Amino acid sequence: MMDNNEKFPRKRPFSLQMDLSKFSPATDEEKEQIVQMRESTTFFKDGIKKLSKDPFAMISIAVLLFIVLTIFIAPIIVPYSYQEMISVDGVRDRTAMNLAPFTYSVNEQAAIKSGEKIFPHIFGTDQLSRDYFIRVIYGTRVSLTVGLFASIIVLIIGLIYGSISGYFGGKVDLVLMRIVDIIYALPDMLMIILLAVVLDATLSQALDGTILERVGTNMISIFIVFGLLYWVSMARLVRGQILSIKENEYILAAKALGAKPGRIIRKHILPNCISVIIISTALQIPAAIFTESFLSFVGLGVQAPMPSLGSLASAAREGLQSYPYKLLFPSLMICLIVLSFNLLGDGLRDAFDPKLRR
Amino acid sequence: MSEILLRVKDLKTSFFTNSGEVKAVNGVSFDLEKGKVLGIVGESGSGKSVTAYSIMRILTDPGKIVGGSVMFEGTELTSLSKKKMREVRGKKISIIFQDPMTSLNPVYTIGNQIEEAIKLHTERNKKEIKARAIEMLTLVGVNEPARRVKQYPYELSGGMRQRVMIAMALACEPDILIADEPTTALDVTIQAQILELMQELQKKMGMAIIMITHDLGVIADMCDEIIVMYGGRVCERGNAEDIFYDPRHEYTKGLLHSIPSAVKSKDRLLSIAGTPIDMLNLPTGCPFFSRCGKAMKICLNEPPEEIRVSETHLASCWVNIKDMIDAEKAEEVK
Amino acid sequence: MSEVLVEVKHLKQYFSVKTGLFRNTPLKAVDDVSFIINKGETLGLVGESGCGKTTVGRSMLNLYTPTGGEVFFKGEKVDSNSIKHLCREMQMVFQDPYSSLNPRMTVADIIGEPLDIHHMCATKDERKKRITEIMELVGLNSEHARRYAHEFSGGQRQRIGIARAIALNPSFIVCDESVSALDVSIQAQIINMFKDLQAKLGLSYLFIAHDIHVVNYMSNRVAVMYLGKIIEMGDTEDISDRPTHPYTISLLSAIPVADPKESKKRRRIVLEGDVPSPLKVPSGCSFRTRCQFATKKCAEELPLLENRGNNHFVACWNK
Repeated sequence: MMDNNEKFPRKRPFSLQMDLSKFSPATDEEKEQIVQMRESTTFFKDGIKKLSKDPFAMISIAVLLFIVLTIFIAPIIVPYSYQEMISVDGVRDRTAMNLAPFTYSVNEQAAIKSGEKIFPHIFGTDQLSRDYFIRVIYGTRVSLTVGLFASIIVLIIGLIYGSISGYFGGKVDLVLMRIVDIIYALPDMLMIILLAVVLDATLSQALDGTILERVGTNMISIFIVFGLLYWVSMARLVRGQILSIKENEYILAAKALGAKPGRIIRKHILPNCISVIIISTALQIPAAIFTESFLSFVGLGVQAPMPSLGSLASAAREGLQSYPYKLLFPSLMICLIVLSFNLLGDGLRDAFDPKLRR
Repeated sequence: MSEILLRVKDLKTSFFTNSGEVKAVNGVSFDLEKGKVLGIVGESGSGKSVTAYSIMRILTDPGKIVGGSVMFEGTELTSLSKKKMREVRGKKISIIFQDPMTSLNPVYTIGNQIEEAIKLHTERNKKEIKARAIEMLTLVGVNEPARRVKQYPYELSGGMRQRVMIAMALACEPDILIADEPTTALDVTIQAQILELMQELQKKMGMAIIMITHDLGVIADMCDEIIVMYGGRVCERGNAEDIFYDPRHEYTKGLLHSIPSAVKSKDRLLSIAGTPIDMLNLPTGCPFFSRCGKAMKICLNEPPEEIRVSETHLASCWVNIKDMIDAEKAEEVK
Repeated sequence: MSEVLVEVKHLKQYFSVKTGLFRNTPLKAVDDVSFIINKGETLGLVGESGCGKTTVGRSMLNLYTPTGGEVFFKGEKVDSNSIKHLCREMQMVFQDPYSSLNPRMTVADIIGEPLDIHHMCATKDERKKRITEIMELVGLNSEHARRYAHEFSGGQRQRIGIARAIALNPSFIVCDESVSALDVSIQAQIINMFKDLQAKLGLSYLFIAHDIHVVNYMSNRVAVMYLGKIIEMGDTEDISDRPTHPYTISLLSAIPVADPKESKKRRRIVLEGDVPSPLKVPSGCSFRTRCQFATKKCAEELPLLENRGNNHFVACWNK
């Protein structure tokens, strides 16, 4: 018999103290109430949610969207072209050189007095009387495009190479990775310069009259070198991911079910790599942009008169003391883009990297 | 009744995660007597490890002790300064962990690691410390201690590493040893060695042990007093005979019936229905409510009061009170 | 009704491990293992970590290509060609409910994958129906088919793994430590389910585990492995009531029993030392380094499995 002296005095029976209806059995529905499965989220949705809470990442996305919007809208609104030298009434305006932002040249002011509407020079003009704002916009276009395409090349080559190496392992992996090691050792800048010189000599005539002429052989050499050299870190990353994914039992389970290697790579391995690949690509873009800017800065970039942020910065060096704003604007733009992509990449990594999940 | 070393009263620890507050420990109380072995049994999510970490104050973010008291030798541990707590850890209360592979630092020799423990809490010189380390290794049954002292963790087997952990924990002769699933990661035959070692050492050094595990067999073998935990609360407490031969909580009963060894015949195992508790969705009443065969309406809303079953045995289950009421009614009828 | 379903003959699985700059040593994970599994029965395979039991299961399904020996299913040899259709008959349930399910796939995808690979359902509706059927067989709510694996608890995930294994209607399943990673209260549920499925679907199991009590509960016959070899095999009652090999005896006595009075009564045989490395297997009987009855003969000659009566096989020189 239970001893309940400690808890309740014997004198007053339980039945009077407690509400007996509470002791009737609980129903199944009441039990189910407690066991609710949490709201269904996929890995992806969960990551997006996390990303939206990261202020830096969100600001970066906003900045990048703003920049992209601007480079599409600006050429429509601003009536100047990037290579157009300011002229008033059809005559080249020599007083329109090196104007400060939001100022008008003498001739332009005269034209305004006589009733003409002239669009303001938001960033001023350069030494050849070209509107600087539109040049910066086009420069941004070039930089972003180069960054994007270069990253895509890196992604595709790196992904395929890394997948093969990682999935098949063994000797295949050994050979492929040694090739990667050799490529790592090659000096990229030197190769770009050499290739630029060679291509200039051989291809420049072939390109006359085509779209590529405007871009120039230098650009092509940049793309080629990216395709040859810069994919290696992506390949290593993908390979590493695949090696660790292969350790999971669900890969073995798929084999036991009779899945062929193609199916396993497609349905099991690659989907689990995607987040890492996206993060890596997001961080690759600013690196590509920066490289292009640097090359343009030293004169190996896009063909004049097509501007690039780097070449604009380079040209601004001359008049630095008198016109500091000419260096300021393209540099600021480079910084903004690179910083935004980097912060976005970091944010993506924090949100999506499975290893950092709690 | 010997001296009470550790008195835990209504301890509450929560983890403040992005998804909400997880009340990992929700009102746990127990006493630990000098020289006794207390077992804490529970499955994953029961809060048993968190209880130990709360006592030692080694909780990681976002965990925080949110209530209750831990009295050790007259001092309140929960409010002790960090400096003073460091003096307690390793010297008065030690802990050994589950996975010997990750609990030892791979870049230091095992000698170094044991010596570190000694250095932190005693005033001996280098020679004495080295000698003491070798002494500890001999004590825990590591063969060739003078040679082993220079070895690195990767050179040792799982069982050896666990012995080294025990040596580190006992180097300063603590009053209490907390063992958090010390044999779960080891093979059965090695487990037997380690458990035997712990029993030997306990007799020799007289410390109290808190043994945390989910293995009822280990509990039956080692422990004098036992508390059963589920969902952050204590379901039942008592000595070994109370818990194994007269379980009063439905969860304890369920556990005992679901172990194959208890069922010699090939009858169906009586399993506990449902899935383990979701710690983010704790009911206000008894945490075992949704899986309990005898659940009543009161169990959903009100946490069960602790009923004294015998001098040594207490249970937190409304079914016990219901049985008492029924018994009273039966008497009245008579 | 002793129709032989699976036969394993002298199975050997060696892995090459680098032990020096130019040296490779064979790791003899499985070293000459033979047994038979009859239709409808469960053979338990028990041993500690490193004994090779998991490797046996995987080699049987040709997930590793055996270094030596042969595996037969209903008389047909299992090799990399025949496994393409034999995988519909022989399946596996894995140990870790967390890494055995692809985190990017829904439950329906996971269970549907075998159906897709082998073109078992002609229409989408048929596929959906079959998936619902299987989910209900394993006790999962079919409404949860669109959910992802990580939303379920360990026990439920294991049910998903089992559902995946039975989707093809196999007759033989290897349960590789399928309950070892689960909480005790959930283990019992899953063990019960294995038994129910066996009765309902007429399955035969190779039940691999390190917990001998679970193995004994599930199996009709048991084989005990040590360092790549089977050292004792027989009916479950024989092994648990009359263990003969010194390793089996110490294994049984080392397992703590959930009964305080029994615990105190038991005379525990605690083995000295650690399990030798599979790279340096002792000569003769591999258990001799820890055996209290070891003699000179044990170091010289390898004991083979002998029938000590009633199909109770023991590999030991000592009688």
